[in-house]
Amino acid sequence: MANQLIIAGQPVRSRFFLGTGKFASYKIMQEAIVSSGAHIVTVALRRIDPQAKDDNILEYIPKDCIVMANTSGARDAQEAIRVARLARALGCGNWIKIEVIPDNKYLLPDNAQTILAAEVLAKEGFIVMPYVNPDLADARRLRDAGAASIMPLGAPIGTNKGLRTRELIKILIEEIELPIVVDAGIGRPSHAAQAMEIGAAAVLVNTAVATSDDPILIARAFSLAVEAGRLAYESGVSPIKESARASSPLTGFLR
Amino acid sequence: MPKTFYEQIERFERFDFADFFSRVKPEDVERVLNKDSLLESDFLVLLSPAAFDYLEALAQKAKRITLGNFGRVIQFYAPLYLSNYCENDCSYCGFKHSNPIARKRLSLIELQQEAEEIAKSGIRQILLLTGESRAKSPLSYIKECVSILKQSFSMISLEIYPLSADEYAQLIASGACGLTIYQETYDRRLYAQLHGQGPKSDYCFRLEASERAAQAGMRQINIGALLGLSDFRKEVFLTGLQAHWLERNYPDIELGVSFPRIQPQVGNFSPSCPLSDRDLAQAIVATRIFLPRVGITISTRESKELRGNLIGLGLTRLSAGSRTQVGGYTLSDKTEGQFDIADTSTIEEVRQMVCRKGCQPVFKDWQNL
Repeated sequence: MANQLIIAGQPVRSRFFLGTGKFASYKIMQEAIVSSGAHIVTVALRRIDPQAKDDNILEYIPKDCIVMANTSGARDAQEAIRVARLARALGCGNWIKIEVIPDNKYLLPDNAQTILAAEVLAKEGFIVMPYVNPDLADARRLRDAGAASIMPLGAPIGTNKGLRTRELIKILIEEIELPIVVDAGIGRPSHAAQAMEIGAAAVLVNTAVATSDDPILIARAFSLAVEAGRLAYESGVSPIKESARASSPLTGFLR
Repeated sequence: MPKTFYEQIERFERFDFADFFSRVKPEDVERVLNKDSLLESDFLVLLSPAAFDYLEALAQKAKRITLGNFGRVIQFYAPLYLSNYCENDCSYCGFKHSNPIARKRLSLIELQQEAEEIAKSGIRQILLLTGESRAKSPLSYIKECVSILKQSFSMISLEIYPLSADEYAQLIASGACGLTIYQETYDRRLYAQLHGQGPKSDYCFRLEASERAAQAGMRQINIGALLGLSDFRKEVFLTGLQAHWLERNYPDIELGVSFPRIQPQVGNFSPSCPLSDRDLAQAIVATRIFLPRVGITISTRESKELRGNLIGLGLTRLSAGSRTQVGGYTLSDKTEGQFDIADTSTIEEVRQMVCRKGCQPVFKDWQNL
């Protein structure tokens, strides 16, 4: 068993977080959540309709999951703050993934606005989970603002390109004492395992599960890959060698 | 960087489209099919007659791109006609000034009644439409309508006459989030012929409306050409170019492109350049490949069967249960429709069709803040 993940003092059962957008139906989404064993699931406030007659997304989320509302659609800090407050008013709890995206082509986040939103929301008692471009100075600002974790992107949302920002994420893992959750770009279980092997606290996946031909099966595969990657990290996975090592070392006589 | 898209249009005023198309070879289409990111000349290759033979390969690529960017979901919206008074005399439109039809503007009580009927379906995204008459449906009236509808709908879009940036800002402050504005035709000469009289005769004021709305902070902007008025390849190309231009200059807007194809109307207008279903499909997949992140809308102008089949090809947004008459949902004295709808299915029937296609119908996708 891997070590327990703790975020904002709360134990989290699984290091695999799942997004709820892009699924063919809420039923399939629900089954994917269950098959993966995800404990934290993120839901876009923009899609929640409290007046919906029968299709309210929240009713499909298993009761033992933590709903982390997200501010998808927010273009600046003010919109993100308003979305977060609305989410709490609708009973989504205190967990908030801050997502500020003023660019609809690449869907890249705006770190500066995210920091502004984090400062306000952390003071209001939210458990702030900011989605950011991996940048050390900004991660420190977010930590100082009271963020509960940092969620850098591995590659642009929906691209399935994997851990393209690996070097930058490694720096965040080394330098920031908060849990680093790799969010976006993870397209395959092997990508998720790589993120966990370098010490990410968790990964968040959505597109690669929701748009798979078998979301329920791939969700389980991701979850297992995350677990495997974490165990490898905790076991002190052997570093990759730059060159072959001779079995009879040249300096053996110096012992 | 040019100041407005109009300067881009000018670049293509003397461009010989026929000559370009005649020189496109199958290998050019194959080269573009293998690219990740397209130039505007690549987009034109995909719209060429030569690409017609590659429709299946284009469709497969468009489907992959759509799945990655939008997932398995289809947005729903319902149109609501506020008024059919119009000072323009566009020969293709059922609301044209010279058409001897009953004219009506919804009272605020009638509006509420219509809105309640639509809201019963669960749809939270509404598109308000008017003819162009500042006298009969002034900005103040539209603002009042938006304020009323804010109670029942979380995303209110407008398809109305073009306004100034300040007027768009006022509508946004009232609660509007989206704007749909079609240039009808990008061909300036044809535009002048079709819109000789009335306020619509100002080509540039209409063309630049989307930019003024973006500057005012409009969240969602949807553009398009009325297909059938002129060569669709050229119209779709220039629509794509305008979308690309808006995407570059106003990256925070959610951009959409519609493909309205002329249907028979009250005035018996027949399009001079009609498109086949295959042409329409080519236009949609080429646009999807050129603009991976742009929303694509097909209204009830098209049949249920065609709409269903286009879902896999790049479509992201559908209207449903539409009435194109003023008062069409609940009033006994409803007017003539703006155009005849081909898909007369109820919202529930369209919802079921989308589910059968393996997609999730989305009735709400924004929360008015």
